Amino acid sequence: MSSRENILAAVKVNQPERVPLPDISIFETGTKGSLQKFAAVLAGVGGKTDYVSDYEEIVRIIKAQYGCDVRIVSPLRELQELSHENLEDLALIHDLRDVEVAILNAHFAVAENGAVWITENEMRHRVLPFVTQHLAVIIKEGDIVPTMHHAYNLINTNTCGFGTFIAGPSKTADIEQSLVIGAHGPRSMTVFVIKDTNHDEGSSL
Amino acid sequence: MTEHSTKEHSELAEDFIKDEDRVDWHDETLWFIRQKRDKAAHQLPEWEALREAASQIKNNVLSNLHDYLLQFERNAVANGIEVHWAADAAEHNQIVQRLLNEANVVRMVKSKSMLTEECGLNEYLAKQGIEVIDSDLGERIVQLAEEPPSHIVLPCIHKKKEEIGEIFHQHLGIEAGISDPQFLTETARQHLREIFLTRRAALTGVNFAVAETGEFVVCTNEGNADMGAHLADIHIASMGIEKLIPKKKHLGVFLRLLTRSATGQPITTYSSHFRTPRDGTKIHVILVDNGRTVQLGRKDFRNSLKCIRCAACMNTCPVYRRSGGHSYHTAVAGPIGSILAPNLDMEKYADLPFASTLCGSCSNVCPVKIDIHEQLYKWRQVLVKNGYTPKAKKAGMQVMTWTLSSPSLYQAAGKVGRWVIKYAPFAVNNKLNPWHKQRDMPESPEWSFNVWYKQNRKNDEQ
Repeated sequence: MSSRENILAAVKVNQPERVPLPDISIFETGTKGSLQKFAAVLAGVGGKTDYVSDYEEIVRIIKAQYGCDVRIVSPLRELQELSHENLEDLALIHDLRDVEVAILNAHFAVAENGAVWITENEMRHRVLPFVTQHLAVIIKEGDIVPTMHHAYNLINTNTCGFGTFIAGPSKTADIEQSLVIGAHGPRSMTVFVIKDTNHDEGSSL
Repeated sequence: MTEHSTKEHSELAEDFIKDEDRVDWHDETLWFIRQKRDKAAHQLPEWEALREAASQIKNNVLSNLHDYLLQFERNAVANGIEVHWAADAAEHNQIVQRLLNEANVVRMVKSKSMLTEECGLNEYLAKQGIEVIDSDLGERIVQLAEEPPSHIVLPCIHKKKEEIGEIFHQHLGIEAGISDPQFLTETARQHLREIFLTRRAALTGVNFAVAETGEFVVCTNEGNADMGAHLADIHIASMGIEKLIPKKKHLGVFLRLLTRSATGQPITTYSSHFRTPRDGTKIHVILVDNGRTVQLGRKDFRNSLKCIRCAACMNTCPVYRRSGGHSYHTAVAGPIGSILAPNLDMEKYADLPFASTLCGSCSNVCPVKIDIHEQLYKWRQVLVKNGYTPKAKKAGMQVMTWTLSSPSLYQAAGKVGRWVIKYAPFAVNNKLNPWHKQRDMPESPEWSFNVWYKQNRKNDEQ
């Protein structure tokens, strides 16, 4: 018998009598996540929130912060002024090694832990949000959910190949528990929250 | 990296506690992390309900593991992931070697995986001429120091920054005498960036694998698992068969509990969900048994398989905090390691269930409600019954059995004890008496309880 058959046979013999799954819908209280809470939690894990009215404001902020001499990439048409680079033309993903700022859309944010959900559709290249020195992410104000339970309700049917929750810049406390921002991934994370002009059209999902 | 030591926990702990300042620092640092855990937990009114839900989900997983494994395999394969099965550590290591050989790869980057520590993968591959570089900062530090990790979440918590500066001076070429954590982390960042960009194969662990969707989730704060996996052509993900969860929505429960229990963070910086390989690349998942099916069959101990490796039980444990992770001489240290290890080798790890005060703090903080201290107690009985008693305990227990089984002997022994402590304290306050180490002997009472009772009884009657 192969190891596969052996393992499965041993599991079958040794697993205890079937017990049911609990009902976890009880944890989904409330429907709307608070921007204040999200911003506070994100700040607590080293990230920053910028409340903006439109894409032009994002362009102004990025320009003011990073200047025009560094490599900025974004697949967003609204940000073409910042980056003309076509991410589809990349010969090798390793060519992303010197990206200074990457600006990506996220599906939604989670108030309880300061995380945003981004899939490879928004990243274009999976390594981009990790290899960039600084990460900026854009969400709409109406797209903040309170907890991870609400988050999984939204992505349950998502069948993208890769997706990730990102909460703040990369960090480590491996040396004597001293927190250092900028471990292997971005040294900073900014979440641009675009003001809702019409709350009814808040969700893009 | 399993340590091949023949010393028992108490002997290894003795090495650790020689440096009293370091022990105090270790103790306080881990307790501080425990306090951060408490703060995070107390912010959620539903915390206890979440623990209960997580426990019940894991109970369901263990009770239906056979079908979940098949379901996961079916869905993962449909997603384009190649699934492998390994009966034990040796087979796991051979599979990794074969996959690397087939791709002509001799250098691999690895993110944290306690399973590969359990399997001794790095040493095995080194013997086959394959270089493995650990990319988690703490793991890289202990790898350069040629030591195993001492903690599953904080691998080099036993090291001081000055020592880390010295390691980086020797191996990464920085100036001598640097101990600034910011500078040291930046040095590692530059060093490992080159590694990520030049390695064609990456191995990661797995925090959760979802039967319903065939995807798996890897959590890091540093981003090292993602840097390795997304830049490589081959991504190997090694997981114990108990890492499965039934449905994607259950991740909500576990991701809420994991880091709050581990470090007090609301979530790890990155919680990455791998469903399909990138175009032109491969993902391999290795499902590893290595004793887990045996543990599943042990009614009293199967709950240990519910563990999500948060390390809350270590951070709270009064013995772990004061004896250090290396004293457990196994890949997973602390209370949870002490109930997992004897399953793999009762003789080698017979000492570990005794490395506990049975205070129960571990069970109280466990996010999946494993009855850790009760299992420690039960392991002691199993080990003694099977003849695997730690050597020092054995002799003492025999004398005790002999004394306690005879009332007259017991009373005589009490008298002698009181007399010795009072008139000849040097006879017990010496290094031959293990109870005297790191503590003073108590003052001797004037009377035994028996004498006191008889006396008072008489007074009452008067």
